[in-house]
Amino acid sequence: MSRGTLFDKVWERHQVAVLPGGQTQLFIGLHLIHEVTSPQAFAMLRERGLSVLFPERTVATVDHIVPTENQQRPFLDTLAEEMIQTLERNCKDFGIKLYNIGSGNQGIVHVIAPELGLTQPGMTIACGDSHTSTHGAFGAIAFGIGTSQVRDVLATQTLAISRLKVRKIQVDGDLSPGVYAKDVILHIIRSLGVQAGVGYAYEYTGSTIHGFNMEERMTVCNMSIEGGARCGYVNPDQITYDYLRERPHAPRDWERAVCRWQGLASDPDAIYDDTVTFNAAAIAPTVTWGITPGQGIGVDERVPHLSELPPQERDLAAEAYQYMGVTPGEPIAGMPVEVCFIGSCTNGRITDLREAARVAQGRRVVPGVKAFVVPGSEAVKRQAEQEGLHEVFLAAGFEWRSPGCSMCLAMNPDKLQGRQVSASSSNRNFKGRQGSAAGRTLLMSPAMVAAAAVTGRVADVRELL
Amino acid sequence: MTMTAIQRITGRGLPLRGNDIDTDRIIPARFLRCVTFEGLGAHVFADDRAQGTHPFNQPQYQGAKILVVNANFGCGSSREHAPQALYRWGIRAIIGESFAEIFAGNCLALGLPVVTTSAAVVAQLQDRLTANPTAELTLDIAQLTLSAADQTWPVRMETGVQQSLCQGTWDACAQLLANREAILATAARLAQG
Repeated sequence: MSRGTLFDKVWERHQVAVLPGGQTQLFIGLHLIHEVTSPQAFAMLRERGLSVLFPERTVATVDHIVPTENQQRPFLDTLAEEMIQTLERNCKDFGIKLYNIGSGNQGIVHVIAPELGLTQPGMTIACGDSHTSTHGAFGAIAFGIGTSQVRDVLATQTLAISRLKVRKIQVDGDLSPGVYAKDVILHIIRSLGVQAGVGYAYEYTGSTIHGFNMEERMTVCNMSIEGGARCGYVNPDQITYDYLRERPHAPRDWERAVCRWQGLASDPDAIYDDTVTFNAAAIAPTVTWGITPGQGIGVDERVPHLSELPPQERDLAAEAYQYMGVTPGEPIAGMPVEVCFIGSCTNGRITDLREAARVAQGRRVVPGVKAFVVPGSEAVKRQAEQEGLHEVFLAAGFEWRSPGCSMCLAMNPDKLQGRQVSASSSNRNFKGRQGSAAGRTLLMSPAMVAAAAVTGRVADVRELL
Repeated sequence: MTMTAIQRITGRGLPLRGNDIDTDRIIPARFLRCVTFEGLGAHVFADDRAQGTHPFNQPQYQGAKILVVNANFGCGSSREHAPQALYRWGIRAIIGESFAEIFAGNCLALGLPVVTTSAAVVAQLQDRLTANPTAELTLDIAQLTLSAADQTWPVRMETGVQQSLCQGTWDACAQLLANREAILATAARLAQG
């Protein structure tokens, strides 16, 4: 069992009780909610006559279902309007702060909480969304929960949960130009597989990770769940503190907070359940060719043959060849794309948009390709417009949208049609994920999506920089 | 709220082959456009079923209660709509090689037991259910066995989860609420830094 890691320390600090069955009753410092996985939880509260124990520890926004083209209320989509009204009513009835559209701080829940300084080291954070692992970038223990558990957190600010093991994932060295945090996490998942993280928290460390800014760390932690790990984290360091210092919700007793956070980082002699290491220099821009985030290859590689894969992965690979229409042995570079999506809780932040704009600058989206940029939050959109990034995108032929989850999961009108192939900066390439039962998704970094948009094909962004 | 002890599930089985079947496939995102879980049963595996032959469509598996799956079932999105859809279709227990954690937790919250067994046993069960769809299976939570008329296999489950199902305390909310004083004490301690 792990000892002396940040995970152990934060877990122990938040342990309320050991439940009769052996699970931990864990205190949740910050609870984030949105319109899709919370309405039934509030209904269950009402059914049982329960109230919200600490309304000030829950924060709400709207992201999953909101349209990104026309956000005028009432929404044209009456179901979306109903879901938002339900959240508005629930927040009002139970005294919960809601960052609504037009507030200046609305956005994807995993983008706005860090922006506002709500996400802090040493916290436990839960949200009815599997990408809650994002917040681990700050040295928080953050994980996704289901709706019944949203009810539990609302009613008790605690969860019944089993302790995880801790795997240390060390990445050292310098990334080549054109290789990003997204490539690092796609490479890790490709190497360890999508099931390896089940039962584990992932601690990301090493010179590459600690050289990353906070947004890059969020990209890595965000996709922990795609590797099976319910949470992933990075120990807090000066980069973490510098990011947080001027944020609206940063602690007022700053020096004391930093001192406490420093003590929560994993000890130099901490014990891990497992350790794996990666060399950053060996990582290429990475693209998925299949139907799980683990089916990825370097952009300069070929789609693997069955014989090159471990026996337990072959059935799924065969299913993926057929669904994706790819041929083993063929290069992934050059595969035509029809839709290019830049955004999501993985890659919808300002540094992502800057890197994509750098590629789009002075180029044109290939005719027939639909390309659109969805900033992760109102704050990201504002910042991008101040920097003139929207003009770069618009001049290149990208659409410039308003914040939301958009085509990452396609609960709003942003969807693939038929068998369209998308180059996507999001996190899941599951069958049907982007709104068409036959739609095909290639995951890659935002810069690689921009490269795909201006060439009409999967392209090696290193040749465009 | 009173909870039912769940000690034994008997019914026909349904084999669903494949690793890494994610919750988007179990219930596509467009069916999350709702403020209740009602009616989700009709849409379970909607897109997969529309592609043609699918066990959830086949007449011989209508009314089945025990779903037999492979590895990492329920990965991806945390949507509780996935186990809700399975439950509302009629599934009352799931046996598999392994499960994604959030999905397994969501199943427990509904009183839907998920148990694991070896890949070899899963393959054997799936073959049997394909050959003989009408055979009854019994999952005994207290004994941690799965049995057919002529054979019994061991299955695994975390002890705490097993206890909570057998004792009818699987709805965590009541247990959590009972520790109110300890919750308030923890909040006060954390506030001091």
